[in-house]
Amino acid sequence: MNIDKRLVRKDSLEKLFDILKQNSKTIYAPFSKNSKVSFREADSFSGITTDYIQTTQSSKEVAFPRNEKILNYSKDKEGMKVKGIDLNDIPEVVLWGVRPCDTMGIGELSAIFNWDYKDEIYNNRLSRVTVFGFSCSKSDDYCFCTSVGGNPGNTQGSDILFTQLGENGDYLAEILTDKGSSIVSISSALFEKTENIEKEKFLAEVPARFEREEIRGKLEKFFDSQLWVEQSLKCIGCGACAYVCPTCACFDIQDEAHGKSGSRVRCWDSCGFSTFTLHTSGHNPREVQSQRWRQRIMHKFLIMPDRLSVYGCTGCGRCSRACPVDMNILEHLISIQEVSL
Amino acid sequence: MDDLRKRAKELLETSAVKVVIGYEQGTANKTRALFVEKAEDADCLIFDSRCVQNLATYVTKREVKDKGKMAITATLPVMRSIIQLASEFQVNDNNLLVLGITPESKLVEFKNLSEVETFVHQYQIEIDAKNKEMLDKIAKMTQAERWKFWIDELSPCFKCYACRAACPMCYCHRCTVDFNQPQWIPVPSHELGNLEWHIMRAIHLTGRCIDCDACYNACPLAIPINLLTKRMLEDVKINFGSYQPSIKADHLMSTYKPDDKENFIQ
Amino acid sequence: MTDNLYMPYLMRIERVTYEAPGVKTFMLRFVNDDDQEKFNFKAGQFGEYSVFGVGESTFCIASSPTRKSFIECTFRQTGKVTNALSGCEEGSIIGFRGPFGNTFPIDGWKGKSLLFIAGGIALPPMRCVIWNALDLRENFKDITIIYGARTVKDLVYKYELQEWERRKDVQLITTVDPGGESPDWKGEIGFVPTIVEKIAPSSKDTIAIVCGPPVMIKYTFPILSSLGFTDENIFTTLENRMKCGFGKCGRCNVGKVYVCKDGPVFTLSQLKNLPDEY
Ligand SMILES: Cc1cc2nc3c(=O)[nH]c(=O)nc-3n(C[C@H](O)[C@H](O)[C@H](O)COP(=O)(O)OP(=O)(O)OC[C@H]3O[C@@H](n4cnc5c(N)ncnc54)[C@H](O)[C@@H]3O)c2cc1C
Ligand code: SF4
Ligand code: SF4
Ligand code: SF4
Ligand code: SF4
Ligand code: FES
Repeated sequence: MNIDKRLVRKDSLEKLFDILKQNSKTIYAPFSKNSKVSFREADSFSGITTDYIQTTQSSKEVAFPRNEKILNYSKDKEGMKVKGIDLNDIPEVVLWGVRPCDTMGIGELSAIFNWDYKDEIYNNRLSRVTVFGFSCSKSDDYCFCTSVGGNPGNTQGSDILFTQLGENGDYLAEILTDKGSSIVSISSALFEKTENIEKEKFLAEVPARFEREEIRGKLEKFFDSQLWVEQSLKCIGCGACAYVCPTCACFDIQDEAHGKSGSRVRCWDSCGFSTFTLHTSGHNPREVQSQRWRQRIMHKFLIMPDRLSVYGCTGCGRCSRACPVDMNILEHLISIQEVSL
Repeated sequence: MDDLRKRAKELLETSAVKVVIGYEQGTANKTRALFVEKAEDADCLIFDSRCVQNLATYVTKREVKDKGKMAITATLPVMRSIIQLASEFQVNDNNLLVLGITPESKLVEFKNLSEVETFVHQYQIEIDAKNKEMLDKIAKMTQAERWKFWIDELSPCFKCYACRAACPMCYCHRCTVDFNQPQWIPVPSHELGNLEWHIMRAIHLTGRCIDCDACYNACPLAIPINLLTKRMLEDVKINFGSYQPSIKADHLMSTYKPDDKENFIQ
Repeated sequence: MTDNLYMPYLMRIERVTYEAPGVKTFMLRFVNDDDQEKFNFKAGQFGEYSVFGVGESTFCIASSPTRKSFIECTFRQTGKVTNALSGCEEGSIIGFRGPFGNTFPIDGWKGKSLLFIAGGIALPPMRCVIWNALDLRENFKDITIIYGARTVKDLVYKYELQEWERRKDVQLITTVDPGGESPDWKGEIGFVPTIVEKIAPSSKDTIAIVCGPPVMIKYTFPILSSLGFTDENIFTTLENRMKCGFGKCGRCNVGKVYVCKDGPVFTLSQLKNLPDEY
């Protein structure tokens, strides 16, 4: 298929932002706070940062908020009333400045939310998101997209992928989907027709470090390995890695009562917590941290590919950057690959 | 740090300890925890000014503790944590040996925890100038400004509990936030849930927090939650005099009884 | 708009039966007749029962799919939600999501004998199959039930036990742990595995269904194997912590197997292929 390629001038981005606003889109873009970059709703173009290799948190919150009401209830004289959330209230969102490892993560996250049972809350949110991917011109020691099927200019998951043509340069825009085209149609003057521009030389170089098929094969025989204990001795069992990860989908369901009414809330949870699998009786199928760490790796590199036909890791490196004790997933994956069985 | 490596090697060779907890080179320019169990691995130990993770958090971790007697590379904050933990019956001379590192980066070995305590007591816990300034700034805010400041800072918190996990004093195997009967703290990470969680944490650490900043350093979102514990430290100082962890002293906000009928702290 | 997966049916508690200390059975009827019409389930499936404002809890459906118009659940009061449920009275409205999970392959058992072995509060998942089989009695040969609890007080479904006792087409053996007997106890005394060994039921053309606490299960399997039951003919259920019930919340998996979607019913041969994570 021939991709529709356009040129967007650097100073057209702000105009594009304003047009989107005028078309009542909610825009989520990267902002810096306390020196950490995260996505949040953008009121104006000026605060958006472009100075990041990768945001601290992934953009998954647009489709999978960290706390989300899934129903409201109220009790009165006539009885109990329960109402699901109104999916029509979900705003049209433009997700601005997402890296290709995150856009790829959308597919992996969606695989979980559509495994036989279709999660309509998630799907509705996602269907209203238009994704503006931004290719990577820089990478760091934590990145490994090329080992897991991605690359710094990967178009997968983007509606429009922008690639900056050199530092301070203009942007190549690849219009990838109908959603992307509909953005072009409301701002066509900003998307100039262009001769074929090659984006490759403007992309970061990320060397491939391991073979994920090989790791998957090893994990089949690895459940009882001592390696999990050795790797996870320094892991302190928090939720940081799962919460920043673009593909982690685990959640808890909690009720919140306010007098006679209240709501049921779906909120993020993590397999790294000791209470995640704890039974009321005190029995815990995953009693120690090494078993929880094993779940993390197994889920992403064995269970998801087996059950959902997608891997659960896009190589964004966030978990390693966010980990308070420098558990480096890339290093651990390489060491799994290196073990001889 | 040749002294440290040499001593670690000896301790492991003579089986005086089963594991030496120290630092190694990590990713990029980071350092990270290392658990040395074989003498030949002691050469990976390093120590320099980047080594700020509070390793005392590992002496209560089951998989580490279960290895047998531990030795720990301990800077001043780590030593303070250990004394506080000793006063809460979490460590003792039988399960822990302290390889102290003085503020001048000299290795000192202690025969027992009581020597560590004496060493620690030479130094006062002092909040650094930058944070002190911040505390003053917050104190001078109007109530409304202060409320806004904290809501702004705390609302990004997604309750990953990295701060709790990194803190040596947060070792309860069932934290208050994990209790659901009653549900003291709302589970979701919304405004109220976050406020209650952080206030609860600050209160539980009052008179126990040794001001190492492990919580703040652990936070992936760099939320300045350490300002809450620092505030409490200041308030304790004003109302009760300076806090110093001591093996035998009474605790300010809590009591510890090995035979407590509640078992979440053990 | 399509269905919200998290939306429960509203159910009215029609009847509360006290079963044993801390154990109750609810008979639940759909508040909305339409829901009732469309609702179908099979033996072995479970649901998420909720008290609004408190939370959801996982129990199997303890009534038989052959009995329409209501469902039943039997639960032990152990924590937040089960305590709140226990406080609900007849007429109260609770939530129910389901059915979820796989089923006992009853259709494939035609012409066979059935041996039910249950311990403690694990009779409920079994009760569903027992009634299902009894309602289709002509499809099966012998039906034997071995049921044990810690003490006489802890035996659940006392009325049904009496009914099964009376029926000529069912062999019921009840037992209590040593020391758990009352003066007028007429059943067996001993742990379930011991009683199974003593009674030594025939494995010929027989399916064994075993539910109970982990220790009981652990010691019962080898006895059944020594009696000639093949791993494919021994069925049990697993219980991992659950939230969603449909393979998304991520906490119920045992290796690659999700107990909520692939289970809760497993044969012993499937179980033997699972890693130790339950
Ligand atoms: C497939 C299946 C069928 C079950 N059938 C029955 C039954 O018929 N009768 C019965 O009494 N019990 C049954 N259980 C166990 C029952 O789900 C738990 O005892 C109950 O959820 C405890 O909830 P709580 O809120 O009262 O306890 P809390 O301790 O307050 O629960 C906290 C949370 O942990 C989860 N949880 C804790 N223990 C378990 C557990 N063992 N299994 C699943 N989730 C757990 C629940 O989701 C709950 O929300 C079943 C469990 C499963 C998985
Ligand atoms: S596991 Fe880590 S590297 Fe992989 S997608 Fe998640 S956060 Fe990124
Ligand atoms: S099981 Fe763990 S690794 Fe997998 S999605 Fe859940 S939190 Fe992430
Ligand atoms: S790997 Fe790191 S971020 Fe993940 S649970 Fe362990 S300590 Fe927390
Ligand atoms: S580490 Fe930060 S984000 Fe995580 S719970 Fe603590 S304050 Fe919140
Ligand atoms: S209960 Fe949620 S995945 Fe199984």
